Amino acid sequence: MTLLQIRSLTHWFGGLRAVHDFNLDLLPGELVAIIGPNGAGKTTIFNLITGVYVPSQGEIRFEGQSLIGLQPHEIISLGIARTFQNIRLFKELSVLDNVRIAHYARTHYSIWEALLRLPRFGQEEQRVRYEALELLDIFGLADLAEVPAKSLPYGQQRRLEMARALAIAPKLLLLDEPAAGMNPAEIDQLMDTIRWIRAEFRLTILLIEHQMRVVMNIAERIKVLDFGQTIAEGTPQEVQRNPRVIEAYLGEETIL
Amino acid sequence: MMKKTFWDRWGTPLILLIGFALSMALPASGLINPYIELVLKYIGINIILTISLNLVNGYMGEFSVGHAGFMAIGAYVSSILTVWVFPAAWEGVLFPLALLAGGIAAGLAGLGIAFPSFKTRGDYLAIVTLAFNMIIKSVLENLEVLGGPRGFMGMSKLTTLWWVYLVVVLVVYLARNFVYSSFGRGVLSIREDETAASLVSVNTRQVKVLTFVFSAFLAGLAGGLFAHELQFINPRSFTILKSTDMLVMVYLGGIGSLGGSILGATVFTVVMEGLRSVLQLLNISQEWRLVVAPLMLILLMLFRPKGIMGLREFRFLIPLQERSEAIQKAREAARTQRRIGEVQS
Repeated sequence: MTLLQIRSLTHWFGGLRAVHDFNLDLLPGELVAIIGPNGAGKTTIFNLITGVYVPSQGEIRFEGQSLIGLQPHEIISLGIARTFQNIRLFKELSVLDNVRIAHYARTHYSIWEALLRLPRFGQEEQRVRYEALELLDIFGLADLAEVPAKSLPYGQQRRLEMARALAIAPKLLLLDEPAAGMNPAEIDQLMDTIRWIRAEFRLTILLIEHQMRVVMNIAERIKVLDFGQTIAEGTPQEVQRNPRVIEAYLGEETIL
Repeated sequence: MMKKTFWDRWGTPLILLIGFALSMALPASGLINPYIELVLKYIGINIILTISLNLVNGYMGEFSVGHAGFMAIGAYVSSILTVWVFPAAWEGVLFPLALLAGGIAAGLAGLGIAFPSFKTRGDYLAIVTLAFNMIIKSVLENLEVLGGPRGFMGMSKLTTLWWVYLVVVLVVYLARNFVYSSFGRGVLSIREDETAASLVSVNTRQVKVLTFVFSAFLAGLAGGLFAHELQFINPRSFTILKSTDMLVMVYLGGIGSLGGSILGATVFTVVMEGLRSVLQLLNISQEWRLVVAPLMLILLMLFRPKGIMGLREFRFLIPLQERSEAIQKAREAARTQRRIGEVQS
């Protein structure tokens, strides 16, 4: 059964067609990449999936359930987590709180239980604290739990954002240009991290990338976008040989 | 080591108990004169108001300018109950119920404001609350049953120092529990980045409405205490100027901090009362006090926008489980072998 199914997704910003007739079937456990030059509509697709925008046309289904018209927090609670191209941490808040906030939908106590500190509040808080710290430990950030997120160096902020996304306990992880601003050595590390969390957390991953070389050795399938249109799709090898891709996108790099 | 944990556990309750004893003993023994007692009560009432507004303006980063409206609702509803509804012999015992009813009425009004206002973000809330404050004032002025512009009177002096003390302690406790919960963290995440908050599963609408209703409830409680101290309320007590005072106290003490709210309310109340004496001494019109609060607000916004305690907290106001030692201990317990070993940088 497909985990995520997108059918003829189209989105307009006023007169600009940002996404045109986008289709995708994501099977559980797959790692699929969407690549394309800047402005190709990649991030818009993520924003449409997560309910930040309501699509002009088309259908998005997650585990058979339509996501159209749901609020972002409802969509996330179904098990879809995402990271952001430009890191969007809660900068003034502690590293621990950044992760704990992502437990919001999975924290089960009422406002009364919180105000009066009833037993269930204590149990749930303890569980959330434990799970959050464990996740931070996995990412090597546990010792920085009480530090404000803004004081972390760039690489650690990226990792914290990934930890925060995993705190949602997602089935599907949407990574928006995770390699942005990284040097080649850091990109290699990132690829390892993505492979590792994918296996460890049994994730299905949809990855947006700007650079072709990043996705070539980790994605099973690649979709290439240009000006909102899907111009090619297939395995990395197929995509690399596709003349339309070379013309629209890789062309620049071969010249270099 | 043992001693330290004993004080961590029992220190605060013990001090609170002593404080309660003092709040009963001091006025009775005549050690403090009625004026000092009055100032202490005002400090208490202002602490509640400041915490109330800080939840919305400080923790959540929205901007309400009409909290005096909620205070008015609490003041009038509780006064109606003690004057008209409760039998005179029982009003002392039923006073907490009157306060609670005032708070709940204010909370319901808050609910009415929150629903339409939080459909969008930005300056909308400021405009709606401003209008709300003005509407409450003119409604009260035109309700002849409640005395109209002349005001409402006949309340007994039920607001004793120890009642103020009890309510302040309760409010600080409830607010602390709220702030250090999943809802409180949701509130903070909204201030930081609302879109990101909703994209890590925070139900932002729910958090905003809950916070606003809770905040309005607290302002209503303060209104009840205020009415039964003055024994006379009129619509002019609850104008934008009163809301401005609250803003000054929040931004003076520090946004996103309960300790800051306590500090801001205390300093502001003492300064304003001191100013009263100074102006009297120098034979200058008391009208000048009206200039000071807005002026302080402007200066604060320019030079210290986060206030004295901005986003920091006194240790005794942080729950035990959230203190640094507890987090460190929890961190040790959560150590795991699962590690992205080969990618450690």
